[in-house]
Amino acid sequence: MTVTVTTTINGDAEEFVCEADETLLDVLRDHLGLTGSKEGCATGDCGACSVMLDGRLVCSCLVLAAEAEGRQVETIEGMARGRELHPLQQKFLDAAALQCGICTPGFLVAAKALLERNPDPSETEVRYWLAGNLCRCTGYDKIVRAVLETAADMKSADMKSAGMKSAGMRSA
Amino acid sequence: MDQSQTTLPRRFKVVGQRKRRPDGIDKVTGRARFGADMTMPGMLWGLVLRSPHAHARIRSIDSSKAEALPGVKAVVTGADFNGERNDVSINCMAGDKALYDGHAVAAVAATSRQAARQALKLIEVDYEVLPHVTDVDAAMKPGAPVIREDLITAGVEPVPTKPSNVAARHEIGKGDVEKGFAEADLIVEQSFRTEATHQGYIEPHACVASVSPDGSAELWVCTQGHFMVRNVCAALLGLDSAQLRVTASEIGGGFGGKTTVFVEPVALALSRKANRPVKIQMTRSEVFRATGPTASSSIDCKIGLTKDGRITAAQAELRYQGGAFKGAGADFGAMAIFTPYDIENVKAVAWDVVTNRPKLAAYRAPGAPMAAFAAESTLDEAARRLGMDPLELRLKNAAREGTKAAYGPTFPRIGLASCLEAIGNSAHYRTPLGPNQGRGLACGFWFNFGGETCTTINVNKDGTVGLSVGTPDIGGSRASMCAMAAEELGIPYEKVRTVIADTASLGYNDVTDGSRVTFSSGLCTIQAARQAIQRLCQRAALMWGIDAEAVVWEDGHAKPAGPNAGKFEPLSLAEIAAASANTGGPIAGHHEVNAEGAGVSFGVHLCDLEVDRETGSVRVVRYTAAQDAGKAVNPDYVEGQMQGGSAQGIGWALNEGYVYGDDGRLQNAGFLDYRIPVASDLPMIDALIVEEPNPGHPYGVRGVGETSIVPPLAAVGNALRDALGVRLTETPMAPPRVLAALAAAAE
Repeated sequence: MTVTVTTTINGDAEEFVCEADETLLDVLRDHLGLTGSKEGCATGDCGACSVMLDGRLVCSCLVLAAEAEGRQVETIEGMARGRELHPLQQKFLDAAALQCGICTPGFLVAAKALLERNPDPSETEVRYWLAGNLCRCTGYDKIVRAVLETAADMKSADMKSAGMKSAGMRSA
Repeated sequence: MDQSQTTLPRRFKVVGQRKRRPDGIDKVTGRARFGADMTMPGMLWGLVLRSPHAHARIRSIDSSKAEALPGVKAVVTGADFNGERNDVSINCMAGDKALYDGHAVAAVAATSRQAARQALKLIEVDYEVLPHVTDVDAAMKPGAPVIREDLITAGVEPVPTKPSNVAARHEIGKGDVEKGFAEADLIVEQSFRTEATHQGYIEPHACVASVSPDGSAELWVCTQGHFMVRNVCAALLGLDSAQLRVTASEIGGGFGGKTTVFVEPVALALSRKANRPVKIQMTRSEVFRATGPTASSSIDCKIGLTKDGRITAAQAELRYQGGAFKGAGADFGAMAIFTPYDIENVKAVAWDVVTNRPKLAAYRAPGAPMAAFAAESTLDEAARRLGMDPLELRLKNAAREGTKAAYGPTFPRIGLASCLEAIGNSAHYRTPLGPNQGRGLACGFWFNFGGETCTTINVNKDGTVGLSVGTPDIGGSRASMCAMAAEELGIPYEKVRTVIADTASLGYNDVTDGSRVTFSSGLCTIQAARQAIQRLCQRAALMWGIDAEAVVWEDGHAKPAGPNAGKFEPLSLAEIAAASANTGGPIAGHHEVNAEGAGVSFGVHLCDLEVDRETGSVRVVRYTAAQDAGKAVNPDYVEGQMQGGSAQGIGWALNEGYVYGDDGRLQNAGFLDYRIPVASDLPMIDALIVEEPNPGHPYGVRGVGETSIVPPLAAVGNALRDALGVRLTETPMAPPRVLAALAAAAE
């Protein structure tokens, strides 16, 4: 049985036809050419297929494609704004927080979800939030540091822009 | 050719810097294409049918119903493997017997995954189930089911007349251990067992194969060695190497597990039969059941020492099983086990054993971690009984320059003592332990490898440089190659682009293994750059109308030297390249070598852990790894290798292990039940890079990929001993074993 699904992916309207039992991951990868989400296990254990569904972090291998009907899907392909990387992407690059890179999209999607919910996480909070994302190369050290440093950078950038705003208000 | 290198102290400009990796941007944006990310026009989906039995004779396979299913385009079995039917071939597709749970017996290609899945259920295999054995010690016992009827033990006299599960005996040694033990004041003797672990790369094996009716073929695959894939697949399927072009995709981890073939020849055989491209992508369960775990082991270890801590003799018997095919790597274990130490009398006997388990594949320093678990735990026990500091005991016996290893070589400059000192000087070593905490120290050794390598450098007309290497980049090696080419040529790092050339575009390269890439492909890159420089100097000489001998290369420029010094303005690489059409055409450099002088590698790890005596749960709270990198080309990625190997070793020590049922089936073929360390299991891992230059490399580089997995099993075990007051001798040292050890100690 096939299903026609109308959804939004990374802000763009999408319509696709899939089998009723196909997962969101299979449709993203095999029908829509969005291969940035990876299949490491297909059982929700490794997090390499992490995407956001209506603002909630999910393993796309555990979501039926038909469930995307009328909802917002965000994948790794939508994380950068054009040529401008998300601060987490830039930090992962600068801090060597990847080796083979297969788990990296899932870690970035999950880390972004964490910082949106908790902009100032402790190391323990980062480690437990990311415990659903497996990495076999790095021992997690540089990944955890990159997330903590990004949080600190974003916080100081926020404070700076808040400071500039308040300074601007005073001069006005 | 003299392959010795001169390693002069030099001031590096690019090498040693933490440069951003060139492939990074694609990997943080999802653009990088891994094995499963490729599609081809008209592509079919391939799936493999696997044996549910640990050991069974295949009486017949009837695929007629599957072939009649709409959408099914091909079914293959062992009969379609029409080339060499060697162990690799039989492992990829069974012959007359299924040798382990998960052994491939047939495969289908269909127009959709759904049709392929349905077709698998329609293939009828008639099995005669046979007795099985999955444990190494059980497999060696008289009366054990003999799983390979043609296997006669090698390396024993007289040659056995009957087959057994013992594939081979190896012996390594020097001196006279009996004499050495007679001189000892203390002899410590212990036995150890380690369970098989899986490499656990997050990317399952995947490939897309396309065979044309004229026999030409293309293969896209995640592999540690695409030249190996080409040669092996061509041999297994009766193809010409020249007709099979293999392209290495980005690779999502390998750790040795992608140094052989599994689904690649199957996809080629299906494509050949269907006349369409075929993609095969393993499931995680298939990865666990049918691809290379490491050996499981059973080791007896005996060390004799004088009362002041000098080792007088060391002896071990190592029994490894590596699945249903010979080659368990016990010989590597025997060669590595006592190598960190300068010992006069050594004997290590290794037994290679077959069982009904998947065929072993290399896993990071294959054979060494379990050997080090035995030796370093025994040494720790010796230090306790002598009342000596474990670090002092190791420093006292450490192998140094001039030490002759039991496996043959006399070491040139090595870094073990420096690593021990680095650990001794670390803040970690002086941090006081808390309640229920313990501290463990262990050393590790790995051989490192060179091997067949070639690289090409092409100088572009705009002054940029293209570098082609043949060793897949598994952890940032393109960054290291760019750095070494830029260093040698004297141009900015960003001006070099490194690609992994396909098998039609470069000569043969051995696989990315043995910690060899930064060493071998790096050495080759430097030599290719030197050849390009020679040619750049010749072109400059032509431009100036002087002798080529009167030109030198400095800081990325040709400069007139000798009597012509100062007569002409230096010419940059870009200026010479731009004029190349007038001086003889394109400028390139190439080098090919079977590299020797890889430079052995040592590391020392320090582990602090905390035990919950109620639950048996163990938590690593501090971890420091010191390792000799010779010269760290990119320290970020050297640290990454040390941290990653440490984490894998900690997983091996505490959590990971294959669990077989009485039925011979693997019971934990998934990441939920085979639990690799997650972020919340680990602390930060401090990496201390030691640099004792390797005399075999122009920049002093040593491989750093593997050594880091060697010490952790013992470092964790020794820390557990410190925390519990009782020693665990079997991995995984999981909570049930911890609780059992505590209960036994309380009695």
